[in-house]
Amino acid sequence: MITEIFAYSFLVRAFCVGLFVSVSASLLGVSLVLRRFSMIGDGLSHVGFGALGISALLALQPMIVTIPVVILSAFILLRVSGRNHNGDSAIALISSSALAVGVIAVSTAGVNTDLNSFLFGSILSVSRSDGIVAAVLSLVTILSYLMFYHQIYTTTFDPVFAKATGINTGRYTALLALLTALVIVVGMRILGSLLISSLIIFPAAVAMKLGKTYLSVSVISACEAVVAFVIGFFLSYAFSLPTGASIVVIHMFIFIAASIVKYCRINFATGK
Amino acid sequence: MILIEGKDLTLGYEGQGIISGLTFTVSEGDYLCIVGENGSGKSTFVKTVLGLVAPLKGSITLSGGLKQNAIGYLPQISDIQRDFPSSVMEVVLSGCLNRHSRIFGYSADEKKRAQYAIEKMGMLEYSKKSFHELSGGQMRRILLARALMATEKLLFLDEPVTGLDPAATSELYALLRNLNQSGITVMMVTHDIHPALNDAKTILHLSHDGWFFGTKDEYFASRMGKVFLKEAGHDN
Repeated sequence: MITEIFAYSFLVRAFCVGLFVSVSASLLGVSLVLRRFSMIGDGLSHVGFGALGISALLALQPMIVTIPVVILSAFILLRVSGRNHNGDSAIALISSSALAVGVIAVSTAGVNTDLNSFLFGSILSVSRSDGIVAAVLSLVTILSYLMFYHQIYTTTFDPVFAKATGINTGRYTALLALLTALVIVVGMRILGSLLISSLIIFPAAVAMKLGKTYLSVSVISACEAVVAFVIGFFLSYAFSLPTGASIVVIHMFIFIAASIVKYCRINFATGK
Repeated sequence: MILIEGKDLTLGYEGQGIISGLTFTVSEGDYLCIVGENGSGKSTFVKTVLGLVAPLKGSITLSGGLKQNAIGYLPQISDIQRDFPSSVMEVVLSGCLNRHSRIFGYSADEKKRAQYAIEKMGMLEYSKKSFHELSGGQMRRILLARALMATEKLLFLDEPVTGLDPAATSELYALLRNLNQSGITVMMVTHDIHPALNDAKTILHLSHDGWFFGTKDEYFASRMGKVFLKEAGHDN
């Protein structure tokens, strides 16, 4: 079956892009989940959908519209969430508004546009240029995450201490926003705007059940993302299931398994 | 040698002054306690000294080789997430980021210094543990080790004994006393009168009706000092 899949160049492309996006999303997810920013990924994906709708309406290259719009929204959302406690309602407002704009734009654009592929993603929609953009953006994300690993850790763990020791926490939060926006734009083509945020949240949530140090949580998160993507991808091919949804379901099963492991560890390993 | 000098400071936020005309100095080897009721500007004072907010008026000058990013700050424990996955070593190592220049990872020297700081706090056996599994007193010691990584001169502690039991509290005070005797300057925001009575050399009292800065003896002879003693049940 594996050789069969890799005989199709568009499937190879989708596989590589998916793998790259999964790893970058899982790394960003650790920091986003720990900073209570999980919902930002969700909000941004809806903004991405709105932007895709508009690009379809105006017949523009999707990436040209979505990248700047999603990046801008990421900065606005992080700013709002950091400043007051109404952050979650701001996210809800922005995401439903963007969804509405997207739906109107798509329906106006006419029958040529496949609403389904916008919402749930489509492997077929990954073109050669998409593939290159995705690979480059993911590499940039992974590399900057590794380079600023310690700064991101300190900014997440104790922002006041970080600021006091001269770390520009605002800059690292901005970097986080920028990278999150890019990963969402790229990942939306495969998983669709409704499911992409699971790539960010699930790996971190699983890793936090199992890992005790920041390093182990980061590593488990990345590994979980790879495992879930690979299994989901092959299952979807073997049983002709939607790819995005299959990946998310695998994530869900791993999360349940991790929860059980943690429960057993707490209740049976202490010797009580 | 003077490390920190505040001149004619007006402190506050959003343009609203809380404390005005504040003048104080912190010298090398000093042990300064900052006391005062809630809302009297203690947190604003902390942020101003750390350089996180600018004073509304006046100036703070650091001298004697003290750099703004080399103040060993120990935050209130409530500012740190309880369930954050992190090892003790990771927490302590992050203290040296102000002098860190490598792109990937920490150097062997930085790891050795972290090890030494943990050892000095008597926590060596816990260095591989998870930070949030520690007791309140142990957490404080690890945060103190991290602060020592960031500084060679000055520790600045924000209500370090909140929530600690009496034994852990006096252990922490003993550690600070030793550090102070070894030459490290200590600044501490506190609600507890004991360090002010026992260890402090100078006192800064912030209050809604003004402020007091002076030596411990001057303070406890002053009206503000007497009121504080009385409120803490030490008036006889």
